[in-house]
Amino acid sequence: MSIFVDETTKVVYQGLTGSQGRFYGLRNRDYGTQVVAGTNPKKAGTDVDGIPIFASVADAKAETGATVSCVFIPAAGVKSAVMEAAEAGMELVVVITEGVPAHDEAWFFNRVKRDFPGTRILGPNCPGLISPGKANIGITAGEIAKPGGPVGIVSRSGTLTYQALYELKLADIGVTTCVGIGGDPVPGTSFIDCLEAFEADPETKAVMMIGEIGGSAEEEAAEFIKDKMTKPVAAYVAGVTAPPGKKMGHAGAIVSGGKGTAAAKIEALEAAGVRVGQNPTEAGAHMVKIVEELGLS
Amino acid sequence: MDLFEYQGKQFFATFDIPVSPGDVAMTVDDAVAVAERIADYPVVVKAQVQVGGRGKAGGIKLAANADEVREHAGNILGMDIKGHTVHRIWIEHASDIAEEYYASFTLDRSAKKHLGMLSAEGGVEIETVAEENPDAIAKIWIDPVDGLTEDVAREWVAAANLNPDANEGAVDILLKLYTAYVDGDADLVEINPLILTPEGKVHALDAKVTLDANAGFRHDLSEYEATQERDEREQAAHDKDLQYVGLDGTVGVIANGAGLAMSTVDIINQVGGSPANFLDIGGGANADVMAGALEVITGDPNVKSIFINIFGGITKGDEVANGIVQALDRVDITVPMVIRLDGTNAEEGRKIIAEQTGGKVQSKSTMVEAAEAAVELAR
Repeated sequence: MSIFVDETTKVVYQGLTGSQGRFYGLRNRDYGTQVVAGTNPKKAGTDVDGIPIFASVADAKAETGATVSCVFIPAAGVKSAVMEAAEAGMELVVVITEGVPAHDEAWFFNRVKRDFPGTRILGPNCPGLISPGKANIGITAGEIAKPGGPVGIVSRSGTLTYQALYELKLADIGVTTCVGIGGDPVPGTSFIDCLEAFEADPETKAVMMIGEIGGSAEEEAAEFIKDKMTKPVAAYVAGVTAPPGKKMGHAGAIVSGGKGTAAAKIEALEAAGVRVGQNPTEAGAHMVKIVEELGLS
Repeated sequence: MDLFEYQGKQFFATFDIPVSPGDVAMTVDDAVAVAERIADYPVVVKAQVQVGGRGKAGGIKLAANADEVREHAGNILGMDIKGHTVHRIWIEHASDIAEEYYASFTLDRSAKKHLGMLSAEGGVEIETVAEENPDAIAKIWIDPVDGLTEDVAREWVAAANLNPDANEGAVDILLKLYTAYVDGDADLVEINPLILTPEGKVHALDAKVTLDANAGFRHDLSEYEATQERDEREQAAHDKDLQYVGLDGTVGVIANGAGLAMSTVDIINQVGGSPANFLDIGGGANADVMAGALEVITGDPNVKSIFINIFGGITKGDEVANGIVQALDRVDITVPMVIRLDGTNAEEGRKIIAEQTGGKVQSKSTMVEAAEAAVELAR
């Protein structure tokens, strides 16, 4: 199994007519994802390489039965794009766009949570998610992920998501689903949301988690792992050697007032029984060991 | 981006938040002219730096007349406060203070809501108050969809136990401060101290504002952009739209994605080297971006080798490789380079590196191997 999406998932791409949307929408389709529609109010009735373009997400859903939307809209339009998808009843809205204002993020997170409880947001500023062999929604290169389980991956960082997938592939370990939750201040989907789903997924036997400095999401995840998870977890936290007070690219990745340090996160995770690697390769090695111990290799 | 106090006060004033009459000055003569224009001595002369602890460093002085303004302005301009040189001073009418409070709004990432903090203990380091007497800070969490209502603000102010004379003024100022925070797309708005005057007026005596640069499409941030304080390397990187943080080591780092860049810095440390910088070329990096990044890195004399760590998602390996090839034409690079290239179009990229860089760039197949090679070359 996989979490959130599978081979039956039909996806509408908001922004398919733009250059990024087109590149990744078509690449996702080539991978095998059911890319059934795009939206652009000015280009309704046209198509992108055979994929029909509709005026709205609601129209696309009515015509194609899409339940997931992937957003490749520039930052200024993301707030209304997310609300359009939620109002149309999308079950999952994957927002790839980076540079969305924090106030917009906080606003649509709370609005969707309250008024559209059936809609999950992933991102913004995330690479999307991939269930190898079933569906690839977003910007991950499909060939770096080995299908067939048993490991679930959740990551705050796009490139480290790929790195984690790649480490496992080199070790010939398959993945159920790999979710990039994004490095922004208010991610629509949290570590805990993904850990909960992986814990409930019978095919996922172990989880690899990639965190980074800043905020307290890793500490909260550690609490959840300690209290609720029966499956083993390996992790890596980026930014062990980051200087305090400096913003390391991600809006979330800043150490302030001694809080949010990688050391504190690692300590919390290790206390919860998580095996933490000093770099992505070492975290991958921990996972190889876990898979061996589970008798799955 | 962080605003200077004077910019924060001007920002507050546009939202009707009461601040003292004053103006900014960059020379001693300007300072005297501002003070004479305010024409209401005593005035305060305040160093404008984006760092705390100005008062202790002698960066805030009271002046009773034009001569004293001249003297203090002369001393403060050019002063070094924790590594920041004072280029600007703010002159304002000195306020009579009955009590000092603290007020702020910021985003609580854990709660995913806005956090308002109000404390009857202001004028001091709020971190100390938070640690030693957390009950002294009245906190509220505001759902961004609901916003801050007057009723909620009233209850909040009551909970903070200010002098009752301050309650009405505090409610008014907090509602305006919340509007400034939301409509101005701020990451942080902070007033410390928020003062009560002997006449019962509530008033912002300082202003700390951090704006969200991502909301630049809604606001004109050019003035704030022009006055940002950066060191030379950081400015050069910023001019090229690169995410850069200067460090003290010898291995130059170029990576795509903040997480991978952080991880690259970690790995260099772990294999016994020291990174010269954190540099994220971001997503969709083309040849120009790559060349720009190499220019910035080679501009740092401490750099003895360069580690380019790319895992392609949006960034495409062939574009990165072409960027390096073109950069080698444009930039005189004398230090050795090591690259680790994986992900989207990585094979094409590695082929370009092997065939077109004249052996100036070594390819390694893993992050650790590449880091070890770059660290070795930096010795």
